[in-house]
Amino acid sequence: MIPLKGRELWLGYAFLAAGVLAIVVPFLFILATSLKYEIAIMQGRVIFEPTLYNYNDVLFGRRSNFVRNITNSLIVAGASTLIVLTVGTLAAYSLSRLRWARWISGAFLGWTMLFNTIPVLTVVGPWYLMFQQAGLYDTLLGLVLTHVAINLPMTVWLMMTFFGDIPAELEEAARVDGAGQAQAFRRVILPLVVPGLIAAGVLAFVFSWNEFTVALNLTSRGTATVPVGIANFAEQYEVQNGNMAAASVLSTIPALILMIFGQRFVVQGLTMGAVK
Amino acid sequence: MSFPSEISSGAAPAAVPPRRHRREPSGDRWFRWATLLPAVIVLVVLTVWPVANLLRMAVSTIEFTRDGASFAFTPAENLRRLAGDDLFFINLRTTVIFVVVSVILEMVLGFLLALMVSGVPRGKGLVRTLMILPILVPPVAIGSMWKLVYNHDFGILNQALGVVGLGPVGWLSNPDLALWSVVLVDVWHWTPFVFLILFAGIEGLPREVIEAARVDGATTWQIVRRIVLPLMAPAIAVAFIFRAILAFKVFDQIFLLTSGGPGTATEVVSLRLYRVFFDQNELGYGALLSVVIILAVVAFLLTAGALARRVGR
Repeated sequence: MIPLKGRELWLGYAFLAAGVLAIVVPFLFILATSLKYEIAIMQGRVIFEPTLYNYNDVLFGRRSNFVRNITNSLIVAGASTLIVLTVGTLAAYSLSRLRWARWISGAFLGWTMLFNTIPVLTVVGPWYLMFQQAGLYDTLLGLVLTHVAINLPMTVWLMMTFFGDIPAELEEAARVDGAGQAQAFRRVILPLVVPGLIAAGVLAFVFSWNEFTVALNLTSRGTATVPVGIANFAEQYEVQNGNMAAASVLSTIPALILMIFGQRFVVQGLTMGAVK
Repeated sequence: MSFPSEISSGAAPAAVPPRRHRREPSGDRWFRWATLLPAVIVLVVLTVWPVANLLRMAVSTIEFTRDGASFAFTPAENLRRLAGDDLFFINLRTTVIFVVVSVILEMVLGFLLALMVSGVPRGKGLVRTLMILPILVPPVAIGSMWKLVYNHDFGILNQALGVVGLGPVGWLSNPDLALWSVVLVDVWHWTPFVFLILFAGIEGLPREVIEAARVDGATTWQIVRRIVLPLMAPAIAVAFIFRAILAFKVFDQIFLLTSGGPGTATEVVSLRLYRVFFDQNELGYGALLSVVIILAVVAFLLTAGALARRVGR
């Protein structure tokens, strides 16, 4: 860090204030919109009497499907996170610590890199055909599988950096004491990467909860997730601004919880690779 | 989010090289396979197989009958259509403009913000906490948020302009402006991510070096030029590559804000794919466009990898 002095310090504070305002104002605007009647929204009233009408409508209205959306999202995000964490952690350990030929780890990492770089819509078409045939189209299981595939690269890379931080002597010591490889992993190594598991799990959950592109195309009313539900409010013949705002505000709850309680893990997960 | 280090740096893999003189116990070999195999199965079934399928789809016309999808082999027709598809080149151009402009703005703003925030004695924690929010919030919610902000009649921007006697501006309905409005949303969304990465990097810089430079009379600008930027080059590169990839894949916000319109003013490649695959139900032609995009990505990754290797040397 470079401590700023005099005029530079004022410039620094100006930047800081502008950044904070830029982030906060749109959030406050959507929050305010969600608390207005549609008529007050249309008139652009700045001073208004707050109402929970929109939230009531979104959650309990007869035409609304949002509670179902929330349930679906929780199921899909929960299940896909558990699976991707298990599969990804094992693979990361295997690739970073066990003796694989160079071409195998190279092919694995190269392919995950490529898959992570192409727009997901390139594979949604084939998924659609595959799932139609396999009876997975328009099912939560199908969506879970796609989210596992999408989040696997990130989980493996993140866990590899955590495993890479553990000195090899620890494993060797466990092996000398007579532990098998599996035992050394479970008893010695795994407990040391718990912070990594939390960081990777938190990110996988949020990314699954937020995922829109696949859910939009592989689900219908009964299996739609929260982002698809929000898009529905925005897309209907007449945009329902109040409902859309309320649903959007509700959809940010996991992010808010994480911002308050899990900040350390999120920042660690997001910055890990860059700082190394 | 991290990178597979051996790809970005081209260094040797982390795996321990096989030692010839000791045979691997069978229990160990079993464990080695059991740990990697699940991930390999997931990747093969859900990523390799679909991408391979794209090749077959790309040379076909696919129609849906009662018994499922029926494939007709029509490679010449698909290719001819691609050759005459001017819109696709417009889509590619729009995407490149979107990626280049938003990523450059995000890098510059994110770096400045990181520099400024790290230099002030108070308020760092608050900024860092707030900056996490846009990254974690569903992109769809950000889309609907900005749909309201940009609203022609009651959006906060046009209201503010109205107060000073300007506007109203058609942020999303003016074809000359819509792309820049969408870029602005991306800058709002992702500058915090660049900030977080670069802020962590700046905070980790060796203090003594900077203080020594100060004592020797270096200005802030000189410190930034000569010390901060060179030391931060790896973090800057990672943030840049991450942002370029994610910006290239952008879909959710644009889908919500403009659906690619007005006309095709904001139709980036992902939106075009969506249209072809799921609006026009042309899975064959959509697959051909997908193959072209994947080939472009492969070329990009190979070039970037080669460059990174040369710079790393």
